Amino acid sequence: MRWPALVLIVALGAGVAGLQAVHERRGGPPAGTTENLLYVRSPEAMQRLALSYDALLADLYWIRAVQHYGGTRLSTDPAARFDLLYPLLDLATSLDPYFRVAYLFGSIFLAEPPPGGPGRTDLAIALLEKGLRAQPDEWEYAQAVGFVHYWWRQDYEQAAAWFARAADFPDAPVWMRPLAATTLAQGGSRASSRVLWRQILATAEDGWYRNEAQRRLLQLDAMDQLDRLRAAADAFRETRMRPADGWADLRAAGYVRGTPVDPTGTPYRLAGGVVSLDPDSRLHPLPTEPAGRR
Amino acid sequence: MHPQVIRHVALNVFKESVRDRVLYSLVAFASLLIGVSYLIGQLTAGQDIKIIKDLGLAAISTFGLLIAIFIGIGLVWKEVERRSIYSLLAKPVSRPEFIIGKFVGLALTLLVNVATMTVAFYAVLAYMNTQFSDNVRASWPAPAVDPGMLRAVALIFVELLVVTAIALFFSTFSSPFLSAALTGGLWVIGHFNTDLRNFEAVVESPVAASLARGLYYILPNFAAFDIKAQVVYAQPVPSSYLLITAGYGAVYVALLLTGAVTIFARRDFA
Repeated sequence: MRWPALVLIVALGAGVAGLQAVHERRGGPPAGTTENLLYVRSPEAMQRLALSYDALLADLYWIRAVQHYGGTRLSTDPAARFDLLYPLLDLATSLDPYFRVAYLFGSIFLAEPPPGGPGRTDLAIALLEKGLRAQPDEWEYAQAVGFVHYWWRQDYEQAAAWFARAADFPDAPVWMRPLAATTLAQGGSRASSRVLWRQILATAEDGWYRNEAQRRLLQLDAMDQLDRLRAAADAFRETRMRPADGWADLRAAGYVRGTPVDPTGTPYRLAGGVVSLDPDSRLHPLPTEPAGRR
Repeated sequence: MHPQVIRHVALNVFKESVRDRVLYSLVAFASLLIGVSYLIGQLTAGQDIKIIKDLGLAAISTFGLLIAIFIGIGLVWKEVERRSIYSLLAKPVSRPEFIIGKFVGLALTLLVNVATMTVAFYAVLAYMNTQFSDNVRASWPAPAVDPGMLRAVALIFVELLVVTAIALFFSTFSSPFLSAALTGGLWVIGHFNTDLRNFEAVVESPVAASLARGLYYILPNFAAFDIKAQVVYAQPVPSSYLLITAGYGAVYVALLLTGAVTIFARRDFA
């Protein structure tokens, strides 16, 4: 009796796996039109529904926020939006008001401009201010608000004011006050941006944040390289009375050696005299910077 | 009451739960934690240790809760259903000894479960601790292997004892299904206790407000046993709070066992 049962189990198991393979080959279920849903958006309601699992639910909402951000960012669907990002972060931080990473990373996700993010600097600041209300001693939230003003809003006065506020916190690092002063004096310059990102790189606790700081520093390097290459392309146009139409032109004229590549190794583009970063580069898109602030 | 008799009944409950493969839950717990520890780094950005701590403590609580309810509701009912209660009560076992022995037996099962799950939980955290650099570890609000989390585990255990006592209380006079529903219902309501206290702020009727206030004092306050978030962030939890809450749980258990013994003593098995 044991052998027939075993054979039947193996046969049925093979049948299930086979049908699953057929299912996969056929492309799974028909594409639905269901949007991403968040059934409970009210943090107050969720706090009650969580019973004693509020911290665990906060983790789940945080994981969902990360997946939503990453999934939307990588999506090829032009209709993909970051609609659920703030509600998910709001729920995560309401269920766990001490969820430091949700405030700090969440604000970065929210502030990132399209297509890499929703570009909602207002919500990024609101999230960090919520963190400050929950943990009034966390200087990093104040620094992060200053950072959003600095990097994404190019509002250097506000940025300097927030860095100065962060410097007043009891555990704030010693470099915070000079950073506030530098920002006020030469905000927006690449040099001061480098100082800011290097401080973040040196103090980042997480691999993702460290990688992000490294990427931003490489973007600043790329912006310097692009300035030099654009100057070469302009010089070529002036001397030859026509725009360079490829790196071969600049190589032949002795302006460059080989094909210039960005700090990640991706070649720069040159067409019609215009030098630009390859859209497939990991550094794309480069941050905007106000004219004359280099 | 004879402690020897209670011990005998308790050991039988423990052996029966082992025979019923209750301890298999430990394998499920260990698999869950190990699986999640592996996956968590792929799914999220940062906070791996915090998430494992949250999940571990929640899983200890949930596995214990399921055992307390589903074993607790059958403690008396099974004996009646199998008619073994007749031979049991014919022996020199009094009804209070029987009820208390059943409770102690399930408490022992829960203690073994919670203790083993806690050891597995700390082992996973100790392993995860080795996966991070000193720089990252320094930024955590509490070390990965923080003995302070034992305070939350202790209160989870006291909470489970209260749930066991509730399940046992209902099982003395009700069917298993109804006992499970009532115990689960009380556990849920017990987390809304604070709302009952503040009921007067949302109703105008003084009678309704007084009723809610009365329920606030009578119903078990399960929210008080939940200090998981505090220990994960290494926030201070005063010893006095732990003592008062444990004392509250002990008195509540005594109250429920007294009720269970009283009801069971009046039941007619003839």
